[in-house]
Amino acid sequence: MNGPKTSVEVGGMGHNIKRKEDARFIRGQGKYTDDVVLPGMLHMDIVRSPYAYAKIKSINTDNAMAIPGVHAVITGEVLEGYNLHWMPTLMSDTQMVLPTDTVMYQSQEVAAVIADDRYIAADGVEAVEVEYEPMQAVVDPFKAMEADAPVLRTDKEGKTDNHIWHWETGDAEKTEEAFQAADVVVKEKVYLPRIHVASIETCGCVASFDPVEGKLTVWMTTQAPHAIRTVVALVAGHVGLSEEKIRIISPDIGGGFGGKVPVYPGYVIAIASSVVIGKPVKWVEDRSENLQADSFARDYHMDVELAASNSGKMEALRIKTVADHGYTDAAANPSKYPAGMFSICTGSYDIKNAFTEMDAYYTNKPPGGIAYRCSFRVTEAVHAIERIVDVLALKLGRDPADLRMQNFIQPEDFPYQSALGWEYDSGNYPRALKLAMEKIGYEELRREQKEKRERGELMGIGISSFTEIVGAGPSKDFDILGIKMFDSCELRIHPTGKAIARFGTKSQGQGHETTYAQILAEELGIPSSQIQIEEGDTDTAPYGLGTYASRSTPTAGAAAAKAAHKIREKARKIAAHLLEASEEDLEWEVGKFFVKGSPEQAKTIQEIAFAAYTNHPQGLEPGLEATHYYDPPNMTFPFGSYICVVDIDRKTGEIKIRRFVAIDDCGNIINPMIVEGQIHGGLTQGLAPAMYEELIYDEQGNILNGSFMDYLLPTSVETPNWETEQTITPSPHHPLGAKGVAESPTVGAPPAIANAVVDALSHLGVENIDIPITPFKVWQVFQEKGAAA
Amino acid sequence: MSKHTVTIEINGSSITREVDSRLLLVHFLREELVMTGTHIGCDTSHCGACTVLIDGRSVKSCTLFTMQANGKSLTTIEGMETEGKLHPLQEGFHQEHGLQCGFCTPGMIMRAAELLDKNPNPTEEEIRWGISGNLCRCTGYVNIIKAVQYAAEKIQKEAT
Repeated sequence: MNGPKTSVEVGGMGHNIKRKEDARFIRGQGKYTDDVVLPGMLHMDIVRSPYAYAKIKSINTDNAMAIPGVHAVITGEVLEGYNLHWMPTLMSDTQMVLPTDTVMYQSQEVAAVIADDRYIAADGVEAVEVEYEPMQAVVDPFKAMEADAPVLRTDKEGKTDNHIWHWETGDAEKTEEAFQAADVVVKEKVYLPRIHVASIETCGCVASFDPVEGKLTVWMTTQAPHAIRTVVALVAGHVGLSEEKIRIISPDIGGGFGGKVPVYPGYVIAIASSVVIGKPVKWVEDRSENLQADSFARDYHMDVELAASNSGKMEALRIKTVADHGYTDAAANPSKYPAGMFSICTGSYDIKNAFTEMDAYYTNKPPGGIAYRCSFRVTEAVHAIERIVDVLALKLGRDPADLRMQNFIQPEDFPYQSALGWEYDSGNYPRALKLAMEKIGYEELRREQKEKRERGELMGIGISSFTEIVGAGPSKDFDILGIKMFDSCELRIHPTGKAIARFGTKSQGQGHETTYAQILAEELGIPSSQIQIEEGDTDTAPYGLGTYASRSTPTAGAAAAKAAHKIREKARKIAAHLLEASEEDLEWEVGKFFVKGSPEQAKTIQEIAFAAYTNHPQGLEPGLEATHYYDPPNMTFPFGSYICVVDIDRKTGEIKIRRFVAIDDCGNIINPMIVEGQIHGGLTQGLAPAMYEELIYDEQGNILNGSFMDYLLPTSVETPNWETEQTITPSPHHPLGAKGVAESPTVGAPPAIANAVVDALSHLGVENIDIPITPFKVWQVFQEKGAAA
Repeated sequence: MSKHTVTIEINGSSITREVDSRLLLVHFLREELVMTGTHIGCDTSHCGACTVLIDGRSVKSCTLFTMQANGKSLTTIEGMETEGKLHPLQEGFHQEHGLQCGFCTPGMIMRAAELLDKNPNPTEEEIRWGISGNLCRCTGYVNIIKAVQYAAEKIQKEAT
């Protein structure tokens, strides 16, 4: 794309339009869930289990109920009376809303107190007495798979082990043959630890049931309001909640990153309480509850093997994974893909043979796992391939950039059929890596590293050339609980030529109010400043599956373009009527139809809109509206090449990121400023698990870092200055040529950082260090390798 | 629960209320006064989403009881725009794309306000350390730093 097609005034694609949503946020006028206040509203707080695995012998609520201002204490027994004590997960597993006899992880919801204000509710929580009989927790998935391990899910009839599912894809036999025939095989155990998205706004809701109308309205921190409405209707239909009487509103959302896709017990208890009590009930969890009980991400133990020829040609990839899902499989993957898009693991390389298999297990840890800003397990896949490529380079004595260049899928190979079944839409991997190398001065850095190594100084250069898979997804393969993963746009043009458009997605900071308006401005010529965007209210917005997995631009963005095209088709008929010309003689250019050969005979979109309501051709429906439900023909495949340079302190093991260059390619760009902002944020959420974040449990299943006291998010001091640039390889099948961007950097950054640290230490015999790579881990390497300063 | 009468000047207006001893300042602002621009993002005083100014000093309002603010002068995000004119920091966050979800933004702006008051011309390093008590999950801080620099320049220009 060569510069914007529209003027600054129109503000279509490619313009750095300042964000519309900022006006309220910079004034403190955003409306988040916790800002919702309703007359007579009660507050809910939750009693949580101190044990990871225990029988509940008794729950005594008398003292809590005796506190003035406490209205109710909801237990599993109370919910059982309504058959609401269990709920399905998005992966068709089952989860307790509140337990009747057993707790399965520390901080699990045990009871809820409903009171006049949040302080009294907290007093009530303190006063509820629960008697537990602790049992030995199973925390490690490798222990959970042992033959004599206690069976945790005794609620499942006939269950004799802790195995959840086995999944595999690829050709095992051909892959084995390729491994047998290969000159070189490298193997590595790679663990991606349990982490937490920790959006700065935690989760919560305000549930308000109107007993007279029979209508339930819920303001909720959800990334997928429409899906939630259907789930509530399916789960609570038997207590009289019918889908037309359920309204889910996602107000402003303070960051999501996947953590606001699942249905948590707290939401269900608040809804049930409001229905039972007949008053609005607010529940907002605190940060510690959020870290300790809401869905985690990752927790994949991967055995990665790569086979190659002596000349460096990659021949085969094999990955065997153990996935720890905690107490229940509460991930948020499309139904057909229990391991998400893990099969993107052949990455940016032309590897003809591949096989991957995975086994998931139950343990006594919180359920999950969601994606932490990636498209369903792409981060795990990319970490595996990008780490093992560096291990191969080390083994062959090759430069890791050179080895990548040799094995890249070439620009002329697209559309490319991967060994694990994906059709990559477009890419130019060598161009991105070359640009990254130029920008960072790769050859000079290698020279510097050699000199420093001779002086005993530690410096490393790490590369990651990743391919993402986003935009779920085509209805033939993609659904969640049976609902196909299309998305939608409903567009109305007003008589004065202004517009409103509503979508099935929901921004959590991505800036949809700005970017969707730019797409419509591009397609219609109506200034983006005159197009109002709305999302998140299921009573008004068209049905869609929400915003996660970088799917908004690939699905709803495409729906916007298609809806605009429908508007244009009708506008052509009206213009023909106004110009007394035939439709075939009209041509469109941004914002107007004109008669071919006589451009002065034209009608603007605004004139046409006015006529649609005041002077429409007889026989044509008046008005100017269109709705489009977009079912994508394929996924989109953003990619990029990142290079990280680190310096390591020989005494303390402290790692300093000296430079980080990120070249991203997300196809055509809607708003360059917003794309850059998304990349900055994504890189920082890649830095976070690479160097700081991990949810740590002891053998009893106690969380050891369940608050911001010791779960470390990067601050402004740890975060480096990201150096970003983009190449543009449009998607051939997306109406705008766009691909989605916000998660690429979270996916691509961790292996670049890990590869840089390993590169700095490789001469000591280091092949892999699992993330988060802390100074302590590096210091331990110094001790083990006798390399302490 | 014992009650206390507090009088606090908030964004230029004197407000007197009877409050519980244990009522946190952030809840007083958000729930008693329905000034919801001040946010809550943690329970350990780490995230800074609740930052306000008390007598010009930035404080985390989740860490103070309301009665500790008795007799003092408070500024919240709602008080930053004066006579329809945005504070240079508000303008800077908008111009430099220093926000995404907007949840940390009020706290960031209030913290940066004290930083610029004490140090009108901070280096990048000083800004990084200056806002390190406020967490942002969306922006990677790069554009927040630019927003603070934008405001510093604007404030200096207006002063000359």
